[in-house]
Amino acid sequence: MSGYSITEPTLAQKWIAGVLVVGYALLTILPLIWIIATGFKSPSDAIAYPPKVVFEPTLEGYVNLFTTRTRMSPEALEEIGPPETWYDRIVRQYDMVISGPSRYGERFLNSVVIGFGSTFLSVFLGTLAAYAFSRFKVPLKDDLMFFILSTRMMPPIAVAIPIFLMFRQLGLSDTHLGMILLYTAVNLSLSVWLLKGFIDEIPVEYEEAALIDGYTRFQAFYKVVLPQATTGIASTAIFCLIFAWNEYAFAVLLTSGTAQTAPPFIPTIIGVGKDWPAVAAGATLFLVPVMVFTILLRKHLLRGITFGAVRK
Amino acid sequence: MSDETSSRTPAVARPGLARRMGSLSDRALAWVFIGPTIFLLLAINIFPLIWTIRLSLTNYRANRTNADLQWVGLRNYERILTDSDIWNSMQATAHFLIWTLVLQVLIGFALAYLINKKFKGNDLWTTIIVLPMMLSPAVVGNFWTFLYQPQIGLFNYVIAFLSGTDPSSFSMIGDVNLAPWAIVIVDTWMWTPFVMLICLAGLRSIPDSIYEAAECDRASSWRQFWTITIPMALPFLMLAILFRGIENFKMFDLVVQLTGGGPGNVTELTSINLKREAFEKWRTGFASAYAVILFVTVFGLASIYVKALNKVKQR
Repeated sequence: MSGYSITEPTLAQKWIAGVLVVGYALLTILPLIWIIATGFKSPSDAIAYPPKVVFEPTLEGYVNLFTTRTRMSPEALEEIGPPETWYDRIVRQYDMVISGPSRYGERFLNSVVIGFGSTFLSVFLGTLAAYAFSRFKVPLKDDLMFFILSTRMMPPIAVAIPIFLMFRQLGLSDTHLGMILLYTAVNLSLSVWLLKGFIDEIPVEYEEAALIDGYTRFQAFYKVVLPQATTGIASTAIFCLIFAWNEYAFAVLLTSGTAQTAPPFIPTIIGVGKDWPAVAAGATLFLVPVMVFTILLRKHLLRGITFGAVRK
Repeated sequence: MSDETSSRTPAVARPGLARRMGSLSDRALAWVFIGPTIFLLLAINIFPLIWTIRLSLTNYRANRTNADLQWVGLRNYERILTDSDIWNSMQATAHFLIWTLVLQVLIGFALAYLINKKFKGNDLWTTIIVLPMMLSPAVVGNFWTFLYQPQIGLFNYVIAFLSGTDPSSFSMIGDVNLAPWAIVIVDTWMWTPFVMLICLAGLRSIPDSIYEAAECDRASSWRQFWTITIPMALPFLMLAILFRGIENFKMFDLVVQLTGGGPGNVTELTSINLKREAFEKWRTGFASAYAVILFVTVFGLASIYVKALNKVKQR
């Protein structure tokens, strides 16, 4: 420690602050830990009273998540013979056999396709627009930027009615393309605002030097600005991806089968049997990737979630 | 680094495109770059908005497309503003909005203030606190119904344990009096970190020298808090309130999964109510007018608020 600073908190202050914050953090992740833990419980352990903290882990929830099962009479089961695989064995405890895969895999894949597709498009279009807004004289620039921001203020349900009708006319209802275009439009506001901030920070002198060297404007953008903006583009992409991944309102209104993503599907896993471990397993697989991204992204977090309004 | 990258991606890779782009003037290039974005936003945001306004003047029903389309003028608007169900939704939304903002501002600011004491490992704990807000509200909201189960739910167990009552004696989402608080609690759990992060940025933006000067003037730390910390963090706090306010005015996913608007309609926020009118009762014209009213309200409130925010910033 070099020197004495009056603005440095005392050790006692640090301890009190630390204890309070750690306490809050533990409280706040308790529900998340509970989701993950419930995924590894058996259905009876999941609804035990008092809630079970120590339990024998099982993959039953995950097996139930990915399969559909039918109950069979003892005679029929005898005919099939003993279970062959570990997942067969789990199901057989309940006198059931696996009759096929569930829809979860498809829904998860839809989330991946729509998430990545719309992220790519919104970052691609967003980078071009952000560059133009940052470097060129665009008439009514401030108004256009505000217009782009204001599209985010609309309640999704409010625009959902005409989008529903429009998609029905164009044959885009319940298609991947329709959802990709929709999420791209929703994410564009974030992507343009964030990327403009990142590109503003790249000194104009680099491009000017390139232009003097005989590069065209497009080459200067492509070869000089883009490589410099890689970090900004990457973190913008992850924010767009997380938004599209988590989106529920449009998904539940505009998709029902082919293009349905995981968020509207996961709550339906519960079924009549109140199979909480399967729901928890589905939620865990869906949420954990975002948790990992959040931890990786922590330095860029603030900028992303405030549309670039707050920079650290 | 940029040299290395540029040598690997020569312009000749796409000679046709590059040459065509190269011959464009800056002005033309600007429109080529901005055009697609503006087009998509017009097609998926503005066009639907205009369509909504048009539909709001009709009696259109999306499930009966061959029925006679009649212009009803402003009658839909009139009916909405006199509909007791809708006023009930507005009240539910106001309750939700006010309490989530109050709780999130108080807890979020307090957390930011504590984290700013720079204790060891504060980065790690900040990241952990932030986790809930990055997750899918629908999926998380759905799981909270499990935590809220009487008897077996973790939330009920913890509350019962702390208060000495019976965990099956209350149901957060089944009780008319508790349900409005059940949604406030989950939203606060999820979004307090957002307010915290913005406040933290605000606190970190205050230069040490101001506190040092105050210390020289022998200002008490209580006085420093009210005359330096609060006023300087205020624009950030107001920004956080703006973002949370807009989001919670639109609230749909979390609450629809938690309570579905129930029990009865005590947690039926405007978005949920609107969805019911539009996609369950299929009163498309009526619902469109409802959507326009909501949009004008959020836009109007946000504009007034931004003006106030700018005044605070200028001080």
